[in-house]
Formats: sequence, C-alpha cells, structure tokens
Amino acid sequence: MASRLILAAEAGAPDLVSGGFFAEWAGIMLVGPFVAFLLIVFFGKRLRHLGAEFAIGAMALNLVWASVLFVQNMSHGIFREVNVQIASIGVFDGRDLVFELGWVVDGLSIMMYFVVAFVGLLVFIYAVGYMKGDVRVTWFFASLSLFAGSMLILVGSPNLIQLIIGWEGVGLASYLLIGHYWEQKENSSAAMKAFYTNKVADVGLILGAILLGLAIGDFSFAAINEAAANHSEPLEAVAFAGGLLLFFGAMGKSAQFPLHIWLPDAMAGPTPVSALMHAATMVTAGIYLMARTFPVYQNLVGGEAAREWMVPIGVITLFAMGLLALVADDIKKVLAYSTVSQLGYMMTAVAAGGYTAGLFHLFTHAFFKALLFLGAGSVIHAVHSNNMSDMGGLRREMPRTFWTFVIGSLSLAGIIPLAGFFSKDEILATLDYEGYTAFMWVAIAGAFVTAFYMTRAVALTFFGTYKGHGHPHESPALMTVPLVLLAIPSVIAGFLNIPGVSSGNFGNFTTWVGARVVPMGDHHPEALDWTLAAYGLAAGGLGIAIGWLMFGRDAESQAQRDRFEVPVLYPLLRQKYYMDHLALGIVGFTKGPSARAVDWINTYIIDGIVNGVGGGVRLVGRFVYGTLDQRGIDMIFNGVSAGADTAGVALRKLQTGRVQQYAMGFVVGALVLVLAIAVFN
Amino acid sequence: MTFESWISEPVNWVYLVLGVGVLVCAARVVTTQNVVRAALYLVGTLGGTAGLFLMLGAEFVAWTLVLVYIGAVIVLFLFGTMITRAPMVRDTGLDNPKARPAAAALSLVLFVTLSYTMVTAFGSTEVAQVGEGTDTRVLGEALLGRFVLPFEIVGFILLAALVGGITIARRDLTPLEEEERGSV
Amino acid sequence: MIVSQFLVIAAALFSLGVYGLLVRRNAVMILLAVELMLNAVNINLIAFESVIRSSQAVGQVFSIFVITVAAAEVGIGLAIVLLIFRNRRSANVDDFNLMKF
Repeated sequence: MASRLILAAEAGAPDLVSGGFFAEWAGIMLVGPFVAFLLIVFFGKRLRHLGAEFAIGAMALNLVWASVLFVQNMSHGIFREVNVQIASIGVFDGRDLVFELGWVVDGLSIMMYFVVAFVGLLVFIYAVGYMKGDVRVTWFFASLSLFAGSMLILVGSPNLIQLIIGWEGVGLASYLLIGHYWEQKENSSAAMKAFYTNKVADVGLILGAILLGLAIGDFSFAAINEAAANHSEPLEAVAFAGGLLLFFGAMGKSAQFPLHIWLPDAMAGPTPVSALMHAATMVTAGIYLMARTFPVYQNLVGGEAAREWMVPIGVITLFAMGLLALVADDIKKVLAYSTVSQLGYMMTAVAAGGYTAGLFHLFTHAFFKALLFLGAGSVIHAVHSNNMSDMGGLRREMPRTFWTFVIGSLSLAGIIPLAGFFSKDEILATLDYEGYTAFMWVAIAGAFVTAFYMTRAVALTFFGTYKGHGHPHESPALMTVPLVLLAIPSVIAGFLNIPGVSSGNFGNFTTWVGARVVPMGDHHPEALDWTLAAYGLAAGGLGIAIGWLMFGRDAESQAQRDRFEVPVLYPLLRQKYYMDHLALGIVGFTKGPSARAVDWINTYIIDGIVNGVGGGVRLVGRFVYGTLDQRGIDMIFNGVSAGADTAGVALRKLQTGRVQQYAMGFVVGALVLVLAIAVFN
Repeated sequence: MTFESWISEPVNWVYLVLGVGVLVCAARVVTTQNVVRAALYLVGTLGGTAGLFLMLGAEFVAWTLVLVYIGAVIVLFLFGTMITRAPMVRDTGLDNPKARPAAAALSLVLFVTLSYTMVTAFGSTEVAQVGEGTDTRVLGEALLGRFVLPFEIVGFILLAALVGGITIARRDLTPLEEEERGSV
Repeated sequence: MIVSQFLVIAAALFSLGVYGLLVRRNAVMILLAVELMLNAVNINLIAFESVIRSSQAVGQVFSIFVITVAAAEVGIGLAIVLLIFRNRRSANVDDFNLMKF
C-alpha cells in the first residue's frame, strides 16, 4: 500500500492532515457490505431475521466509522488516499497507465460515507419491518448490501476506473432491487428500463473517463484535478468533450432530463429501495461525480464551456419534472418526480459553479427525501395501495407517520428554518451570484411547484376522510423509529451551513466538504441574502397556500378533490411530455428496419405526431388559415400512418420464424459480402 | 508444382485415401435418411480428420478429437437420438426436399469461393517439417501459461453447460411427485 | 504435401455442413451438420499452424478450445432439443416457429 503524497497545496488551499487510524483503514467501510452480502447469501436463511442482521451490522459499523471521520474532519480537514496497484494497463504515449484500487478520504467522500451509512442504516432497519413476511427477504437484504457496498466503492474511489466499477455495481443492484417482485411483468420491465437507460448514459461516462485519463496519462482524480488546477494543456484540449461526456454519464444515474424516464418507473421496487437508492444515495452518484471532478469544470476554459450546456439541462429538469408530480396519483411517483426535480436543483447548482451549494442540497435532500419515502412506505403498508385515490384522512390513524411526513414536506418545500430552506437558498444565491438571473427565477418558480405538489400529496393522503378499504393502522416501531430519526436531521441539517455562520474551530459544511487537495474555488456567500430568501419563502408559502385551497377540501371521492385540469398542461403532464413514447420510438428505430421497428414507429412516433403535432397544427390551422380545408391535413397524417402500417404488414412476412431460412439468408449475405470485396478490391 | 511431383510423394497417397474417406462420410452425414447412421458416419469423418491432424503433426489435438468427439459427443448424439425416439429405419421426413436445390447451389458456391480464396492465398506453400509432431509439452505450457485465462473460462463454460443442460433437460416434477419426495 | 490440399478439404467439409444445416429438418441432424462445420474450422486452424509454426502452437491451442466449446454446445443443444421434443412431441425445426412475429 502506498499513500499518495499530498500534492503541494496552492495558496488558499485548506491545509489538510492525513487523519488517523480511521482514515488509514477507511477501506473497511468499502469492504464491509460485500462481506455482509456473502454472509447473507450463505447463512442468511438460517437466521431469525433472514439475514438482515448482517446487513444492519455492516451498516452500523460503517455509520460509526463514518461518524468518527465526520467529526475528525470538522476540526481539521482530512486528506488520505490509499492505492493498491492491481495491474499495469499498458503504456500510452510514453506514460505508464496503471489500474489501482483504493480509497480516498477527504471532505467530499467523508460526507458521502456518512450520508450512505446514516440513511442506509435507517432504511435497513425500516426494511426489516416493511418486508416482514415478504418473498425473498434474504435475497432482498443481500442485494441491499451489494448496493451499499457498490455505492461506497463509488464514492470512495480515488480514480475513474474504480468509480466505473462501483457505478456499474450500483446499476446492477438497482436492477435487482427494482425487479424484486419480478413475477409481474411491469416490474421486470421497469428494472430493465432503468438498466438500459443507465447503460446509454454509461457510454458517456466511459468515453469521458478514457478521454480525460488518456489526456494526462493518469486516471486518478488527484492527478486530473491537479492538472485542471494547473490549466494543463493536454487536459484543456479535451476538457469540453470530456466534461460533457462525464456529464452525460451523470445524467443517467442522476436522472437528468431527458434520461430521467427510468426513475419514476423504478418505483416498482419495494419502498425501502426507493428511499435508499432512488432518492437518497444512488441518484446522487451523478452529482457526486460532477463534484469530484469539479476543478475540470471550474478551472478549464473547455470545462466552463461545457457548463453552459449543463445548466439549462438542470434547470429544465428541476422545473418540468416538478410539474409532473402534480398529476401523479401514485404517491411514490409524486416523490419520484420530486426527486428528479431536486436532482435538477443539485445539478444546476454544481453546473453553475456552486460546489458547496449542490452538495449541501444533496446532503439535506438525502435526509428529508428518505424520510418522505419511508413515510409513504408506511402509508402504503397500512392501506395496501400506492394510489392516493385510496387514501385520505390518515392523520388520525397514523399520527407519527403524519407528523414526520409533514416535517419532510415542509423541509422539501423550503420553509424556514428547516433543512431544505437553507440548501435551496444557497442554490438560489449561487445562481444569482454567477449571473444566471433568468434561471434563478425558474428555480424560484420550481420552489413554488415543489410546495404545491407536496401540499397536494399531504392533503390527499392525510386529510379528508378515508376512501380506501379496511382499517389502516400505525406501522410498527421498527418502521416509525427510523422516521423520527430521519426527521431530526431534516429539521436541523440546514443549520450546518448558514452563510457567514461558523462554529469556531469546527467550521461549517462549507469547510468540511471543501477539504480537498485542490481548492474548489466556488463562491460562498458571506451572509444570508434576505431578499432572495424572501422570494424563495414567498414561492414556497404561495405554493402551500394555493395547494391547500385547491386540494384541502374534502369531497365525495378523491378524484373530485384531485382537480388539476389546466387545459393544455394537464394532458401533456399526464402523458409525461411524451418522453417515454419518444424513447421507445428511438429504441424501436435503432433495432433496424425490421417490421417491429416500423410497428413501433407506427404506434408511437406517428401516433404521437398525429396526436401531438397534429393537434397543435390543427389549432394553428384553424386560427391562421381559417379557410384551409381541415381534411387535407388529416389525410396527410392518416396517409402517413396507413403507409407505415402497410410497410409493417409487408415487412413482417420476412419474419417467418424458420431458423433455416434465416441461416440461408446469413450464408447468402456472407457470400455476397466476400464476392463484393473480391470484385471491388 | 505439377501433379506428377505431388502424387509421387507417398504421403500424399495417404492424404488421398483419408480425404476421400472424410468427404464421403461427411456427404453421407448430411444425406443419409437414418439418424443413427448419420451419427456413425460422423464418427468416420472425425476419425479421418484425426488422421489429417496426425499428418499435420498435431498429435495431441488428433487424440483429443478422438477422445472427446468419438468417445463422448457421438455417444451424446446417440442418446439424443434415442430419447427423441427417431426411427432407426429409413425416414423420409428428415429432410426438407424443397430446400435441397437452393442449399446445394449455395454450398457449391461457398465451396468454390472458399477454396479459390485459400488456393490463391497459399498457392503451393509446403507444410513445414512433415512428420514432426508438436511437443505436447509446448501445448501444455501454452495452455497453462499464456492461455490460462481462456482455458479457465472454457472450463467454466463447460461447467455452465453441464449445469444448464441438467436444468433444461430435467423434467419438472408434478406437484404430487414433489409432495411424495417431501419438501426440503 | 502442400497446405492448400488441407484447406480445400476443409472448405468441402464446411460446405457440406452448410448444406446439411439448410436441408435438414430434424434438430439432431442440424447439430450434426454444425459439428461438421466446426470440424472444418479445426482443420483450417491446424493447417495454418503447420505453416506458421508459432512458438506456442497457438493454432493447436485454439482448436482445442473449439473442440471444448463444441462439446459444451452439443450438450446444451441436445438438452434444448430434448425439452422441445418433450413439450411438442417433435424434433422437427419446421414445427418450431416460436420466433415468428
């Protein structure tokens, strides 16, 4: 084992210590969950809780370890990197490329270790209650441990290659857990959708990693960031493309528009999974990657140019995806869209240059979103339905769930003095400072939407009269205690980073995550900007007020209460902006000009165009060209659609299902190719 | 090289005998109307091939072929034939007569293309060191040295095929039978 | 003894295999035809090796790999045929058009 030398810190860089025993052996945290995974697989079934003991044990150890590091890092920033060389990849451009595994302990990774361990432990405990009597509990906990281990490999990675290993491990565990109830077709489809969407993005990550790594001949973050800080020429040459490619990878895991489509479907998994992976930890991997390579975006001209593309995507995500939460009936989908929207906030912040702001929102969001998901799980556990149309009036039956859920909602809505207020405010301040004024107003509008849909969810779930079947009851203590424990940081986490307030020797969140070798160079506001805070608060308050006016009253049925029928917007939102259709169309098309693709196009693209564009065109036509015969336009679309249909019918005849005919085609094709080469050579 | 000089080498007489045997057997494999006979003709083809390998100095591979193919694979085929209850007598349903002309033409074109390419590429290159076999030790060192990873992977594939074959071919027990065996 | 003579015989074996693959109806017979084709490939590998004479006998090593994988393939292939036969009472590939759209 070789500890990488702490590189000569520039002026302004925090002076860092190497930590003690806990930093030196932080790798135990990375390995623990994998050991737990193996133990669960081999011995889990014999135990009373079917293997949950191992998972919880490993996570508890991790929490203790991470807490010690967290506290150590408060008083004095830690940097420690341990690398074990596994293999020499080869020589590129005269430089030796090596493949190393190891762990890095610095402000950023300590924060992530802590979040993963804290949320993970509580979710694991909660899952013992939630999954009681369920199918494949042992395997469930094994997969959860696998996930936690992969996530820690990811965040503890000192280089891009190990990060990719953890990244893929996380994707695999996510696939396993989303498809936990694979007996139902839609669940396994959701798992595959998540996997495929992430795979598309992973191509970007891998290409970006290769590009950046080969440019300087080293895949380690320390070297890349160091080179970025020194404005290295070869890195500058690839910074724009490499930066955008890494961002494309992050878009998949962190569900940025338009690669967000997998996340809402991922709610097919058990609720603890949604809470842990699709809210608090896994989806933050993309944000983490952006933060880890932040100097590339901050110090290089190409990186800064890449940021100009990243910010709008983040802004679109935060606003457009938040709107979708307004029409979802499934309570988990409301939270899922909310998660996508909040990830948009984080991405916007990091892309706009707010390293601390994005990470701080990641930190607080992990707590209150896990809380909201677990609360939703508790409700689902009680009423045996995901749909808010089967809920209502649960505040009397489930007081603990109700109060914690309200705390989480208020925190998410950014109400002072809960955690969400401070982190969201910091993002607004960053956007303001960096000159993205228009985007800042979109973000404030997004805060309004956030408050609006959370009020809707709370009102429909907990107020009015109960509309479902049976008698709901409060969940067991195994489930409510984690809720309470998550509610505490949801309230107080914001105080860790009030601008301008520092706890003396212990600094604040800014200095903690700023404990990196290369200074991040992001802007920190000196004091709370009360004008901005007032805008944010007003947006949140307005959202709650309007939401309450709209959804607060009880009615005969939930459908009557749940009125949000803005003419154009509503159908658009119900169809999720037709994003799924578009994605399916693209996937279907790239399968090649087979009958199937034509059929897909016929069903989704053409119909989508006919419905979407056709509708719009017809409106415009009526308005502007009042005299134009409507049937003409209709006929074009019908003609196109009928043509695609005919082509589909014709092409499907090629698919006889006779393997030998395919083989014959194959041989003929190969021969033609050989002869063509012979002739044209 | 002229035909006379070629045929004057006695080793080529051996080649001719083996080659004709291999081709006749192979032709019978794909034309015979009896499944068991087809499998036995395949034995002939493989045996001839092993002979060709010996001529090329690949002794180890030749005997591997005999052991693995003739010893194991053919037995497997015969089992498969028996279990699928293919008739031991002439069966006209084995072929798809309609496909014959097209398939024959296609394979002829394939043969011409392949052999033309090969002959133009290699011309009359002589086989190096006729009659001198490859040391098995060289093969062993290559297999467990440079190619140890593919070797292990192939071993794993075999294991997977074994397990997979059992899983696929195993008859699922009916609920009643399962009960009789007693739940674990 | 020239290399081409072995290559020609391999080409003939391969073409016969293709013929069998396209003509046969019985799944077991198709597998036999595939074996012929694999065998032709082995002859090619060994013949190339006898020209190149690499220090580690790479051609022979690979033909061993081919033989091994072919054995695995036969095992699995026959198991699948068996399963289909059990479900459909037939080993004729004409009867299996499950892949039809």
